[in-house]
Amino acid sequence: MKSVILNTVSKTLLPLLILFSVFVLLRGHYLPGGGFIGGLIAAVAFILHAFANGLTETRKLLRIHPGFLIPVGLLLAVISALAPILVTGEPLMTGLWHDKDIAILGKIGSALFFDTGVYLVVIGVCLTIIFTISESV
Amino acid sequence: MSEHLTIYPIIVHLLTAILLLLFWMKPQVQRYISILGSAVGIVIAVLLFQRVWENGIQSVQLGNWEAPFGISMVADTLAVTLILLTNIVAFALSIYSTETMVSSRVKFGYYAIFHFLVMGLSGAFLTGDLFNLYVWFEVIIISSFVLLTIGGRKIQIEGAVKYFTLNMISSIIFLTGIAMVYGATGSLNMAELSRIIPEIENKGLMATISLVFFIGFGVKSGVFPLYFWLPASYHTPPAAVSALFAGLLTKVGIYAMIRVFTLIFPLGETNQMILMIISALTIFFGGIGALVQKDVLRVFSYLIICHIGFMVGGLSLFTEVAIIGAVLYMFHDIIVKATLFMMGGVFYRIFGHTKMENMGGLMNNYPRLSLLFAIPLFALVGIPPLSGFWPKVSLFSASYEQGAIFMLIVFIFASLITLVIIAKVWNKTFSKNPTTLPRQKNLRYFDQFSIREKAAFIVPIAMLVGVTLYYSFFAEHFQLIATRIGEELMNSEHYYNAVFKTKEVTEL
Repeated sequence: MKSVILNTVSKTLLPLLILFSVFVLLRGHYLPGGGFIGGLIAAVAFILHAFANGLTETRKLLRIHPGFLIPVGLLLAVISALAPILVTGEPLMTGLWHDKDIAILGKIGSALFFDTGVYLVVIGVCLTIIFTISESV
Repeated sequence: MSEHLTIYPIIVHLLTAILLLLFWMKPQVQRYISILGSAVGIVIAVLLFQRVWENGIQSVQLGNWEAPFGISMVADTLAVTLILLTNIVAFALSIYSTETMVSSRVKFGYYAIFHFLVMGLSGAFLTGDLFNLYVWFEVIIISSFVLLTIGGRKIQIEGAVKYFTLNMISSIIFLTGIAMVYGATGSLNMAELSRIIPEIENKGLMATISLVFFIGFGVKSGVFPLYFWLPASYHTPPAAVSALFAGLLTKVGIYAMIRVFTLIFPLGETNQMILMIISALTIFFGGIGALVQKDVLRVFSYLIICHIGFMVGGLSLFTEVAIIGAVLYMFHDIIVKATLFMMGGVFYRIFGHTKMENMGGLMNNYPRLSLLFAIPLFALVGIPPLSGFWPKVSLFSASYEQGAIFMLIVFIFASLITLVIIAKVWNKTFSKNPTTLPRQKNLRYFDQFSIREKAAFIVPIAMLVGVTLYYSFFAEHFQLIATRIGEELMNSEHYYNAVFKTKEVTEL
């Protein structure tokens, strides 16, 4: 599908959508949002890019195979779940929180890393599925 | 760190699976990681077993949320023994897969999914929360569906569709049951439910809900009448996968049944009756089914169904001795059924197919192998002192003492029909002369194997046979474990106290 409009728009939308996905990821602790929906939005950004510019272009942009994000995200999530056992000796998945606020992010804790892990896994899974399907078509 | 030992069996396999995903395209590396991960799994299972044996039931509250609100992970003797056996089978299968699983299937993520499945099994055994049990069941189903279809042969897809549809339906029924329990009690924590349910006045409703659970678990464990997905699918995937399924998947259903019907809904007279009839029908149809099958793997599949009847029957009698018998039978069955399907893989490599009419001559051509294979087959029949004999002692005496002559007859019938089936298998595969068929071109046969490849097939089988022999000759150890399990299951306050930590140490 070659369309000048879509082509131009996708290049502007890609960074915007990714920024928006990060925003959704970060507000997810108390408000609607979180790793899953954030990951979907980020995946949509890349899929839109792939539709407008072709799969090879998006592959080049991504540099790594999206499937690689799955174990990385899982590992991040597992480590954040294991962190309370290793650090304070509390049971698995207990939330650990940094006492001081950090600029923009606010309070950060192990839940943020867990969500980031989910975010990466969702991007990895969605892009792997879509890329595999559009390759075989 | 070590106080959280309870959940490590899950974490080990999760981490192994993640590591395997990182080495997606390197099959050789994956093989070593898988063996290593399973070995660590065994070590942790042994440590956990020792901990539970010495200190009583262990529990962990995930996320540090107090008991009825968070998810509890509870390791009682039944759960840890099953986890130990699961890890032993997983270790044997990791070795077995090194040569039987072709690299293309490994590149499709065979090992990672294998470890996700073992993780799901460990989680299902450990969880102390009904909804969490459902989640682990989903993990198991999704992993097993991938394992069934990896390779994508037509026969596999056909089996997988039947498998998946029926398991999905059973999950929905199970979920409905959970919703009903939550509606009636407002809790899903198993320990809390064991206190709430007896106080509810509407006994009829509770009996109905318990039967909804029975249907859900029954489909998963393959009891009559919804067992036909099992023989339709278990012979289709590679031998390593069907061995894992045969050894463990149906047993999770039985485990859930035992857990729910002892802890949450202690069986009433009517339900006992229903379970008895269903176990009798399961034994009958499984046995008859096995008798008429011509493919050795399908015979084994029907034998799984037939022997599920023993465990359901033991549960239906609902005395301590009967539960001990059922649990002992489950331990024996896990090891032996996994061995049988691994043997099926060897048969395939020797003959190039698994049709019994064209097999034979194993005893003359491979005498030592035949001796090895004879042990699990005879153990299945229950020839003393092999492992199948000991649980039957408990089951027979329990049904006799309780005056349930009907169950006694059913158990004897099951033993006899197993004997007939095994005699038939023995005649057709081991003693009669084989018909020589033209060999398949793209299959390496057993006599073309190098020593290393042969070892990858035989060593894990020998390992599991070793476990069977240990069970046979040191049956008192298993009897001791099962006695303690029976005591724990029949007195739910041990479980309750462990979860709510009302006493520091739950003594037995």
